[in-house]
Amino acid sequence: MLPSAREKLVLQGAVSGELGLPAAALPLFSFVAVALFISLYLLTMRPTPRSLLRILVPVKRCVDYAVKIRVNAQQTGVETNVKHSMNPFDEIAVEEAVRLRERMKDSIKGITAVTIGPSKAQETLRTALAMGADDAVHVEVPESANVEPLAVAKLLRAVIEKKGPYELVILGKQAIDDDAGQTGQMLAGLMGWGQATFASKLEVDEAKGSVDVTREVDGGLEQIRVKLPAIITADLRLNEPRYASLPNIMKAKKKPLEKFKPEDLGVDITPRLQVLKVTEPPKRVGGQKVENVDELIAKLKEAGVLPGAA
Amino acid sequence: PSTLLYLEHAGGKITGGSLSALTAAKALGGDVTGILVGSNEQVDDVLPKATKVEGLTKILASRSPSYSHAVPEALVPLFAKLVQEKGFTHLFSSTSSTSKSLLPRLAAQLDVQPISDVTSISLESDGDVYTRPIYAGNAISTVKPTFEGIRIITVRGTAFPQATTGSSEAPVEEVNPIELSEVPTEHLKTMATESSRPELGSSDIVVSGGRALKSAKIFDETLTPLADKLGAAIGASRAAVDAGYADNSLQVGQTGKIVAPSLYIAVGISGAIQHLAGMKDSKVIVAINKDPDAPIFQVADAGLVADLFAAVPELVNKLPDRK
Repeated sequence: MLPSAREKLVLQGAVSGELGLPAAALPLFSFVAVALFISLYLLTMRPTPRSLLRILVPVKRCVDYAVKIRVNAQQTGVETNVKHSMNPFDEIAVEEAVRLRERMKDSIKGITAVTIGPSKAQETLRTALAMGADDAVHVEVPESANVEPLAVAKLLRAVIEKKGPYELVILGKQAIDDDAGQTGQMLAGLMGWGQATFASKLEVDEAKGSVDVTREVDGGLEQIRVKLPAIITADLRLNEPRYASLPNIMKAKKKPLEKFKPEDLGVDITPRLQVLKVTEPPKRVGGQKVENVDELIAKLKEAGVLPGAA
Repeated sequence: PSTLLYLEHAGGKITGGSLSALTAAKALGGDVTGILVGSNEQVDDVLPKATKVEGLTKILASRSPSYSHAVPEALVPLFAKLVQEKGFTHLFSSTSSTSKSLLPRLAAQLDVQPISDVTSISLESDGDVYTRPIYAGNAISTVKPTFEGIRIITVRGTAFPQATTGSSEAPVEEVNPIELSEVPTEHLKTMATESSRPELGSSDIVVSGGRALKSAKIFDETLTPLADKLGAAIGASRAAVDAGYADNSLQVGQTGKIVAPSLYIAVGISGAIQHLAGMKDSKVIVAINKDPDAPIFQVADAGLVADLFAAVPELVNKLPDRK
């Protein structure tokens, strides 16, 4: 897409140059004509335009989904001295990027994984690299930093500006720690790009320079077409992520990983929301059993929740 | 406070989620102005009902073919203009798939950090304070915005009662749409799950099935008579959805719908953490499962350890008929 668009621009330049030529400059004119012919030939004879997409996959290090969450004694957050792993929705995003390359071998030029997190978040990047990303960017923040989605979106924009161009950003629809579900849409807003949230299926159409996305929306599914560059947020059913193989884990250690600090990217990450406290949810008193269906119905009548059973 | 409320509509009606968001917005005090967008026909259809909703000071209506599918890229410029020109202090909406896509995009353009899925609101002397569940509802975070500028809030529908419809007649102001020369996103089609049942997110009774239902056919044959008898919506666990027994729009849980009906009947559901996160605020929880150690029993008010294929038909048989 992009290179071919660039070639088109060059071509237009050649044409206007030709129109502006004085008749005397014939040798130059024929040179331009030949160049024009060759460019046209290259453009038309190529079986498929090599669009060479680059994909950025933002990933987040989260408390592992299987860990039982406990609020800390100071009520400032949850206990974090527990197992962490990649946000499951981001894992789906990495998997989708890798599958796109497997499906469209020559068209995907690179997959960059990026994380914003403390030094340990490097492990999350290595996981992404082991799954198939080519290189990684780590925006390192202090362990204690609470980086809100707005700041994350600004950091991602800065990474795109510094390391881009990227034509596709794929990330999880939400992180399973703060459950905000905002980052992808915010990045799309900052970039002015199209967005497709809650994707359960996507097909890239290189020729059209767009992606067809099936989205999971309230009450069913929806299909949309988004022009590239675009931001896609992954829902559960997009795919089932692979496990990285041992050789790939070894290989991942040698893949390039570049580090930045938010200051390097000119982004202020000061939170906009003050967390006053984090508390346990009210405990539900359950665990009551009934012996049989009659007892169950009696209990429901007593609770007054059966329609028409006054 | 002066609040703008996004009035979402589906099937010619204001959604229950928007009505709950209105109740939440009223908790702040001050005026609440509704914004209704859609195609000409959609707005014509919904507007008479919207004006009857109690609690709205005014309704802004904007009509355009490009608004008919609530594509965020098309709507954000209109919302940004209204927020900037009319000086709203707050923007509220439900936590629907539409609002979740729209509001963060808008917030980023306004340089604001939004607050999602709010479950309570209080107005303190030094500002507004919100609670919201984090870690799939395993912790509750209380936050206070410290920035100048509009608060952009999505509201968890089940945490607030729905505003009622009455005899009120909110005045309407038509607002010119903002037509963009190019929208990067085009809506192709909607594949809605047709159902004559109450909507899962707002139904007073929910009957949910899990993997123990064995197949899509058995799922339907077992749960439909029970749901019919109770006038209930049908839900499903993620395991049942992933196994293809139920449509994914029926999924109850952290990654699906969050429900809080008066009565929740979990049939053949073991009770994974992510399922419990989606239904533990129900008033009365019934669990029917043959495994006495299933975690679902820990949250159940009435747990029946039994073979569901015997217990559910017996229940259908013995339940009183609805009047």
